[in-house]
Amino acid sequence: MPEQNEGITLTEEQKKKRRGRSIAIAVVLAALVVLFYVVTIIKLGPGVINRTW
Amino acid sequence: MSLVERQEMMDQDVAVWNGGMGSVSDYVALLKPRVMSLVIFTAFVGLMLAPGSLHPVLGGVAILCIAIGAGASGALNMWYDADIDKVMSRTQKRPIPAGKITPDEALAFGVTLSIGSVVTLGLLVNWFAGAFLAFTIFFYVVVYTMWLKRSTPQNIVIGGAAGAFPPMIGWAAVTGGVSLESFALFLITFVWTPPHFWALALVKNGDYQAAKIPMLPVVAGEVSTRHHILAYSLLLAPVGVAPYFLGFAGPVYGVVSAVFGITFIALAADVWRKREGAEARGACMRLFKFSIFYLFMLFALLLGESLVAGV
Repeated sequence: MPEQNEGITLTEEQKKKRRGRSIAIAVVLAALVVLFYVVTIIKLGPGVINRTW
Repeated sequence: MSLVERQEMMDQDVAVWNGGMGSVSDYVALLKPRVMSLVIFTAFVGLMLAPGSLHPVLGGVAILCIAIGAGASGALNMWYDADIDKVMSRTQKRPIPAGKITPDEALAFGVTLSIGSVVTLGLLVNWFAGAFLAFTIFFYVVVYTMWLKRSTPQNIVIGGAAGAFPPMIGWAAVTGGVSLESFALFLITFVWTPPHFWALALVKNGDYQAAKIPMLPVVAGEVSTRHHILAYSLLLAPVGVAPYFLGFAGPVYGVVSAVFGITFIALAADVWRKREGAEARGACMRLFKFSIFYLFMLFALLLGESLVAGV
């Protein structure tokens, strides 16, 4: 017998909520990328381009 | 098996899942934003009063991490306390008892944010502050929520330490350690917490009784709670003035904190005297509201004085 589909089917409401959460997570991740970039510049300053190798 | 029969079987097997119903605002509610705002404020004051300097961006990162760590504690607290939140009128509308977020989702959210905030604070600011934040989350979730809250009427006395740590973490973000001054900031919130909560507990006694939480009024009675409130208020007044005597607050703070401390005692004495009906209820609510104003003003004055001194 072929494998049954045991997946969960989301309702329209669940899909809508998931989309909202996904957007929020994307915004938070993008903000973290910017934050770590800025902090790296602050911590290393000009040293960021002075490599020793 | 015909195609039609197979389709019918599949339709029956489609699982219904009650998760995934939380909106972004429900997850924000899990972070207890009102408690978070107090944490942000006191941590900021600790950070500003600390000797030494921290780059403003790193200072912002420290406050953000402390705020997220506090929010994560709130989410884990709601995960563990969902059963009692369902019973109490004050907490029935929280996302888990309201059925918007499942306990598993709240647990995953809380753990992720806890680890994220601690690691970020450690990596970007310093590891002492990161470890202190981890300890605070542990203290609030494990020591207070899981252990003390349901087992002893002294729950909020010891558990209050978790709410009092943020200014010390803010201080540690700058200095990489603790000091007598940062301990004094801790002590203010620590001694303030019991009379603040017990004043509310006297009014909400029925709620705590229904939820079987051993709050002091439930276990020791309302008279004993009133004695405790007065005793803690007498202790709080001098603790509130301590920053002045320790030399890290100015005379304006010294005078205002003394006047506010005396007012606190007067309101606590009012709670102690009025023991029946609407009059007693009114006295409790007056003390509860003033206690919030008291704590806010003390920290605002410390901040204001440090800003003026820095100009």
